[in-house]
Amino acid sequence: MTAPVPLPVSTPVTWPDALYDTLKEVGIDQIGHVPDAGHARLIDRCEHDPGIAVTGLTSEEEGVGLAAGAWLGGQRAALLMQSSGLGNCINAIASLAEAGQFPLLMIITMRGEWGEFNPWQVPLGRATRDVLLAIDCRVLNVHRPDEVGDTALAAARLAFDSSQRVAMLLTQRLIGTKAFR
Amino acid sequence: MTGALTRQMIADRLVGNDADLLVVTGLGGTAWDASRAGDRELTYYLWGGMGLAASMGLGLALSRPDRRVLVLTGDGEMLMGLGSLATVARAAPTNLAIVVVDNELYGETGGQMSHTAGACDLAAVARATGIADSRLVSDAAGLEDVAGALRTLGTERQGPVFAVVRVPGQLSGPPAELPPRDGTYLKHRFREALMGPAVLR
Repeated sequence: MTAPVPLPVSTPVTWPDALYDTLKEVGIDQIGHVPDAGHARLIDRCEHDPGIAVTGLTSEEEGVGLAAGAWLGGQRAALLMQSSGLGNCINAIASLAEAGQFPLLMIITMRGEWGEFNPWQVPLGRATRDVLLAIDCRVLNVHRPDEVGDTALAAARLAFDSSQRVAMLLTQRLIGTKAFR
Repeated sequence: MTGALTRQMIADRLVGNDADLLVVTGLGGTAWDASRAGDRELTYYLWGGMGLAASMGLGLALSRPDRRVLVLTGDGEMLMGLGSLATVARAAPTNLAIVVVDNELYGETGGQMSHTAGACDLAAVARATGIADSRLVSDAAGLEDVAGALRTLGTERQGPVFAVVRVPGQLSGPPAELPPRDGTYLKHRFREALMGPAVLR
C-alpha cells in the first residue's frame, strides 16, 4: 500500500513550549525519557536548560525508579514516554511508585488512537487508559493545544502536592499522526 | 588483609559504620544483609520493584551531588535491570556506587541458579556499557578497596563505581527483626533524615 497523507496538525506547534514553561513553573529538576518524536521539541528544550538534568533511559521503567530516587533526594522528576512505553512500566509503577506513594508525573504521547498507520501501535494505545486506571493512576487527557499548560499544571500539583501517580495523555489528534513517506 | 568473604561482611563493611551514606538496597538478601548491618533512616529497602534499584540510586545521586550514594543489590535484581547500567554510564554520576552481592542464586525463590552461575560476568557487562571503574571482587582485600572507594566517592574517587562481590552459594535469610516494609514510611523517614522535618509539611 502507499503511505498515507498525514492528517492535519494544528499549526504552529507551540504546545511543547507551554509544557516546558509549566515544568519550569512547578520546579521540575529532572527529566527521564525514552526518545519520542512527539516529545522531541520538549526534550531539546530541557537538554538546553542547565537547571534540568535530562536522563536518557534504555527502557521506560527505569524512569519510575529514577523519579522515586529523585524524590528521596528532594527533587522533582517528570517522565516523558510514548503510550507503548507505558507497557514497560506497569510493575514499576504499581510495586514501587504506588506501594511507596511516590509522586509520579508521566507525560505520555499517544499512539494507536487517531488515524494510526501502524497496526502494531493500536493494542496498547487502546488499552493505555484502562491499564493506568487499573493500577490506580490519575489520567488527564489533552486534546487541544490551548489545554496543555493548564493540564500540565494540574497534573504536576496532583502528583507532587498530593503524592499521586498521574499520567497526562497527549492525544494523537494533538500531536499529529506519524507519517511514512 | 586477605581471606574468605561472607556476604554479611559486605553490608557490615560498606553500610554499617557510614552514617552519611545514602543507600538503596535490592529486595530479599541484600535488604536482609543491610538491615542486619543496622537499620538506618538513610537506607531505602526495596520490597518490590525488582530491577529498579540502580535506577533509583541514579535519581537519588543526581538529586544530591553533594552526597555519596550506594546501591547494594543482588545478582538477580541487577540482571533484571541491565539496561540501567547503560543509563548510569551515560548519566555518569560521580557520586554513585553500585555493589552487587553475587551469590549466583535467586535466594528468595528457592535458590535457583542465576545467569551469573554460568558465563554471565556482570562486571564485564558494566564495563562494556561504559562504567570504566568496574571491579570483580572475591576476597576481603578487594572489599576493603571498594570500601575505600566508597569513602571518597565523588571527590578523590570519581564514580560511577561498579563492583561485583562474589559469594557463590551464600544465602541470606531474613533477620529476626525485619526491616520496615511500608514503602511510604521508608520514604518519609529517609526524606526527613536527609532534609529535616519541614519536608513532611
